[in-house]
Amino acid sequence: MNGVHDLGGKHGFGPVEREEHEPYFHADWEKAVMVMNLIGMVKRIYNIDEFRHAIERMGQAEYLNTSYYEHWLASVSTLLVEKGVIGREELEARTREFAANPQRPLGDSKDPELLERMMRVVRKGMAEKSEPQPAPRFQLGEAVVTRNWQPPGHTRLPGYARGHRGRIHAFHGVYILPDAHAHGRGRCPEPLYSVGFEAGELWGETAEPRQRVYIDLWESYLAPVEGERRRDG
Amino acid sequence: MGSHHAEPEPWVVHRVRALESLLIDKGLLSTEVVDKVVQTYEKDVGPMNGAKVVARAWVDPVYKQRLLADGTAAIAELGFGGRGGGDKLVAVENTPAVHNIVVCTLCSCYPWPVLGLPPVWYKSPAYRSRAVLEPRKVLAEFGVTLPAETEIRIWDSSAEIRYMVVPMRPEGSEHLSEAELAALVTRDAMIGVAHVAFPAP
Repeated sequence: MNGVHDLGGKHGFGPVEREEHEPYFHADWEKAVMVMNLIGMVKRIYNIDEFRHAIERMGQAEYLNTSYYEHWLASVSTLLVEKGVIGREELEARTREFAANPQRPLGDSKDPELLERMMRVVRKGMAEKSEPQPAPRFQLGEAVVTRNWQPPGHTRLPGYARGHRGRIHAFHGVYILPDAHAHGRGRCPEPLYSVGFEAGELWGETAEPRQRVYIDLWESYLAPVEGERRRDG
Repeated sequence: MGSHHAEPEPWVVHRVRALESLLIDKGLLSTEVVDKVVQTYEKDVGPMNGAKVVARAWVDPVYKQRLLADGTAAIAELGFGGRGGGDKLVAVENTPAVHNIVVCTLCSCYPWPVLGLPPVWYKSPAYRSRAVLEPRKVLAEFGVTLPAETEIRIWDSSAEIRYMVVPMRPEGSEHLSEAELAALVTRDAMIGVAHVAFPAP
């Protein structure tokens, strides 16, 4: 979707502000949100593409007015409700309880099995691996042009890179297509490439000199350039 | 503004507590899990991992070749891997001719196994919007000025591939041990927005 999350090349956000000796978390609620999101994915309540898309759906003005972990909170709560894990009313009622009594105990029970599973994921990962098929259609060095389309749902083809020519720099393997996976349309694995773009192709005469942008793009985002085959990428 | 850490509404705190307590009720969460996972990211998974990879590459040219050819496997040799969304790690090398920068314009993809959790500025609209459009201006704000003839390569992490930069080894560091070298390597240098300095500033 053409949302504000698709930030590449936008103006008006000012200088990059850094914090000296920045802590990993600025508040305890951020820690809980991070771990609840991991749980959502480890327990396969939702997948990472659904997670990203639920952030994109949170509301365009709100996206810019909230912090990173507030984005995660919006996505986690949206998905837990949509997937039926938590009832909408139940969540509102429990939120009111904590507002009325912030000291209300969380309740707790140890869960060694869950703990072990989570620590294994933290140490070893849980990412979906590359799949063997289908074979890639494009060759290294081949000229390609990105689709100029405006999908209303989730996609990982950034707006600034649509309708532009680049060259295949590397073939990464075959990966789940986020455009399908975020919308319950299955895995639809496709070849994934690193595609290199000259900055002038993306930004025209305002491009800084001697700059290239490399973007990881799925095969269906790309079309061949007629009359061009291999050349150095 | 997403780049700032504004004080959240108290509602946010209540909402998060509500979610936690409901997930605990349903047997999907325990506070111990929250504490242990957070502790791991605060103490064990961070830029010190990536720094070891870089230092090894600096002292062992054969390892560096393996790292640049297959980052996932070479990084796993040092015991690092794991959650970060990404399936595959790619290491890109800075040289006098080429300077690499990592960004995620669509969200905040970052090589967790080697760099840990990303800093707020990496996730900010300012960095995500500008790194691809005006990298030299962004680098200048970080105090990095590159010769005009240096090519800049921006890696926009749009899929499950995660990138880390192998910075240039600083001059004068020839006598340092691998561990001493690792201590010089910063998070920002492995994102590509800083050089490694020796002596360390």
